[in-house]
Parts: sequence; structure tokens; C-alpha cells
Amino acid sequence: MRKKLRKLTVENVIFTTLNTTFLLVLAAIMVYPMLNQLAVSFNDALDTVRGGIYLWPRIFSLRNYTVVLNMSSIYAAFVNSVVKMVVTVVTNLVCTSMLAYALSRNEYIWRKPITLVFVLTMYFNAGMIPNYMLMRNLGLLGTFTVYWLPQMISTFNVIVIRTYMKSIPESLIESAKMDGAGEFRVLTQIVLPLCIPTLATIALFVAVGSWNAWFDTFLYNSNKPSLTTLPYELQNLLASAMTAGRNQQGASQAAAAATGASNTTTPASLRAAFTMVTSIPILVVYPFLQRYFVSGLTIGGVKE
Amino acid sequence: MQKSKKSLWTLIKSQWALIVMSVPFLLYRILFSYVPLTGWTMAFQNYKPQIRNMWDQQWVGFDNFENLISGVTSNQFWRDFRNTLGQSVLTLILGYVCAIVLSLLLNEVKNVPFKRIIQNITYMPHFLSWIVVTGLVSTMLALPTSGGIINVVLMKLGFISEPVLFLNDASKFWGIVAGSHLWKELGWNTIIYLAAMTAIDPTLYEAAEMDGANRYHKMWHITLPSIRPTIVILLIMSTGYLLESGFEIQYFLGRGVNAKWAETIDIFVLRYGISQSQYHLATVAGILKTGISVIVVGFVNFIAGRLGSDKLI
Repeated sequence: MRKKLRKLTVENVIFTTLNTTFLLVLAAIMVYPMLNQLAVSFNDALDTVRGGIYLWPRIFSLRNYTVVLNMSSIYAAFVNSVVKMVVTVVTNLVCTSMLAYALSRNEYIWRKPITLVFVLTMYFNAGMIPNYMLMRNLGLLGTFTVYWLPQMISTFNVIVIRTYMKSIPESLIESAKMDGAGEFRVLTQIVLPLCIPTLATIALFVAVGSWNAWFDTFLYNSNKPSLTTLPYELQNLLASAMTAGRNQQGASQAAAAATGASNTTTPASLRAAFTMVTSIPILVVYPFLQRYFVSGLTIGGVKE
Repeated sequence: MQKSKKSLWTLIKSQWALIVMSVPFLLYRILFSYVPLTGWTMAFQNYKPQIRNMWDQQWVGFDNFENLISGVTSNQFWRDFRNTLGQSVLTLILGYVCAIVLSLLLNEVKNVPFKRIIQNITYMPHFLSWIVVTGLVSTMLALPTSGGIINVVLMKLGFISEPVLFLNDASKFWGIVAGSHLWKELGWNTIIYLAAMTAIDPTLYEAAEMDGANRYHKMWHITLPSIRPTIVILLIMSTGYLLESGFEIQYFLGRGVNAKWAETIDIFVLRYGISQSQYHLATVAGILKTGISVIVVGFVNFIAGRLGSDKLI
């Protein structure tokens, strides 16, 4: 009520106008690059080369999309990306919540040493080469397993969920145990249903991380075309678009020819279409999960 | 007190379910995070990948460290070290200041739907992958004919008379890295500050208004001091990432002409380790990186403790 009665002073009006203008400009800067690529992706590629495409296609064409969707690698990449994301999210949720539950029980004898072993790993990292050697020695190079097994548990997420579990009233858990429920039943029927907002946040973060990851494919599976992923394929296109940018005609033709689309499209336009294909799934989903990730992040920011 | 009476064995028996839920993951963590540390022995060897047994390698003491710190590859290593540190410090400062300013401005917006929409739009880039972001960045920075809107705007505003090839100008690379991070994470980084701001007691503002405080007084004397603990703890946490200026953006946008200011330690590791199979040099670089960041975190943690703020560990 008070706020409605605020005085409409000159100073207030000026501030609000400036602030609103600034925020609108900022929002424009945030969305423009994607809108521009959207326009480019729907514009005839040879026309795009003439420049001047900003927010709307000049000569509408679906050619870029048909070429991208006909690339030999795209189905493997799409299926791998989806399966990889689903497996990573499921294994993460199952393992992280089990571990977090055990570590949230004060009576658990090994709670402290296990927590310490996990927390320490947040502060050091053996490094790229020793990790690569480990994957090689475990025989994980060139396998699908390397996509989810090393990422199965994130210490940070364990701590976030554990913190949340600790806030659940002890009496709830005690009474379930009185009624004869074992730890697994307490976890699945009492604790986990109460953790759904936090679990949703973590599922979103893990899903985004997995969907966007390029480095694991690059480092471990780059000579295994059957295990390619969308970011990896996009990077290949990006690389050829950049070469084309430097060496206009020849390289662009070569890259286009490689995708079987010489003379009808260019790497830059293909890249725009590919960018849309990989980004749209996540961009459609995140606004609906906003209230979850805001609360999830706030819990994470609180010290254990 | 009951605990001490029970023997260890009965405790283990009564807690078998908790043990089943945690010990496998303990072993998992040890395998994936601690076992690779044995790879650090490579740093003291003239490592040959074809020799499988670690002990059959030729041991060279600290030769590899010397090589990197003051020897043949030192020029390149320190150059990459400088780039890593420079890029991340610039990214950090720019990111912090802008996120706090934007949170203050968003906090002043009283129209809730408008605020929601702006927030949702600014979160969007966080969900894009670095590959997509670098693609966007290189397009926006390109020549006007290739969709380089930044050149177009700068020329229209009269700041430059002819297009600039930003990515070919090595001296601009740090700025491009910091700017890309800013674009991607600015909105996202405001979430935690805005959450902290909603927890501020509104009577503080009312009391200040009674005393004749204007909008800027309230921002400066109430809002900012109230979120100070959040700012400090986030700043401390981010020092852990001081040498993690990233890998993907430099790898995707780096090219011959700007390598001098683009290459970071991670690129160095990749080049010597994976591409040239000089595992020992790459491992030394990785160890130095981890070592330095552990020291930095420890130091900052100590200072934070001294200043009476929340410690991290």
C-alpha cells in the first residue's frame, strides 16, 4: 500500500525513466545475438553474404535447416546428446540423494571422514592429463560410459541437498522409523518428496551442463564418430565458418561441399541453423523452472 | 552417550543401510579424484607413454619444473600464466561490479511483471553453451558485411571511421573474454544478490525516508551494506577459480594472430599434453596451476578469517 502512495516527484520520474530505458537496452543486448542468428538461419544463405540481415529474414528459406537436418552426423549427435543428458541426470539424482541422505544423518559413524574426503576435492584437481590417463587406464576412452560415469556425483550438489535435508524436522524421520521404516524407505517416501524443489534445480543444472558439454567429446571421444554430440558437431561447423571468414570463397565452398550443399548455403548460415537446433530445447524449458533454480541457488549460497 | 557404550561392530550392523548408501560413492570419489593424483609422478619423469609400468620410467627430479619455470618453455608458460590471470581478474572485476549495479537497478523496479521479464531475458545467455556463445561473439564482432553489429553501431555513433577486426587484434582479446563472460553470466549473477535484497527489513527504508533519505542514500547506506556479507563470501569463493579463466572460449576464438594474449594454461596443457604427447610438461603446468590456486584460496581464507568475515573452509 505504501508503495502505491509514493510521491510522483520529478526526481522519481526521471530515475524511473532512465532505469527503464537502461534495462530495456540491456535486454535488447541480451536477446539481439540470438534473434539475429534466428533471422540468418531462415534467410537464404547466398543473400546473407550481402550483409544487412538484422532481425528479420530478407529472402525466407528453409534451406539451411534442410541441410543441417540432412547432415550425416546429426542424428547420432542428437540421440547421443539426449541419452547422455538423461543418463547423467538420472545417475546424478539417484547417487547424489543417497549420499546426501547418509551424510545428513547425525548418528552415522563415518559421516565426518566421508564428508571431508568429498569436500577436499572441491579445492584441488589432478589436472587434465592425469585424468585423461585414468580414463585411458580404465579403458573408458571411446566409450559412452565416459560421458556419465566421471560426472556421476558433484560434491557441490551433495552439500546443497544435504543442507536441505538437514532442515527437515527430525521428528518426521523418527516417527517413520518408529513405525518400522528402514533407511531406504525413509529416504524414498519421506525425505525425497520434501526435496523435490532442490532436486529439480539440480536436475536442471546437470541437464544443462551435460547438454552443453563439448570438452568430454573432444578429449575422450573425438575419433569415435558414432559417439559424437551436438556441441561437438557445432564446434566443427564453427571452425569451418571461421576459416571461411578469413579465406572467403575457397574455404567456404570446401566446407559447404563437405556437407553436400555447395552453392546453396554457407558455413555461417548453417551454423546459425545449427545454433538454433541445439539451443532451442533448453531455451524453451528454462523460464518454467525459474522459481526452482532461484530457490536452489539461494540454498547453495548459504554456507554449509 | 549411548554411542560410546556400543561396540563399533554393533554400530556398523545397525547402520548398514547408511553404509551401503555412502561407502560405494566414497570408493568412487577416491578412484576418480584421488587416484589421478598418482599421475603427478609424471612430473618427475621423462615420461614415455609406451612404457606401462610407472617405475620403469626415467626419473629426472625437478628438471621438468625447472624447464617450465626458468628453462626452454618458460617464456611460453609465463606468458600463458599471465594471460590466465589477466583474463580472469578482468572477468571477475567486471562481472562483480556490473552484477551488483544491475541488482541495485532491478531492485528499484516496482513493476513486478516488467522486472520478471527483464530478469528472465538476462538469465537466457547462461543456458547457452560456450560454443554457441563464441559463435555469437565472433559474429557480433565481425565486419559489418558478416553481421558485425558492433562495428555498425560504433560507426553510426562516430566512434570509429572504419570497421575494426576485433578478433585479429591481440590487445583486445582479454576484453573480449571478459565481455563474453559478462554477457553470458550477468543476469545469472544477480539472482543471489536480489535474493539477499529481499531479505532486507523494509522498516529500515521507512525509517530512512522519515529522516529524509533519498533513493541514492538508501541504496548506498542500506541496500549495499545489507548485502555486504553475500558480496564478500562470493568474492572469496570466486578466488578459487582465479586460474580457471576457462578453456573453451580461448580455444574457439584463439588463432595465430592473437595467441600472444589468448593462450591460457589450459591451452598450454592441451597442446603439450594431448597434441604433442609431452605428458610430463603438461602435468607440471597442471600441478603449478593447482598449487597456486590452493595457496590463493588458503591465503584469502586466512585474511577473511582475520577480518572477521565468514571463512570458507
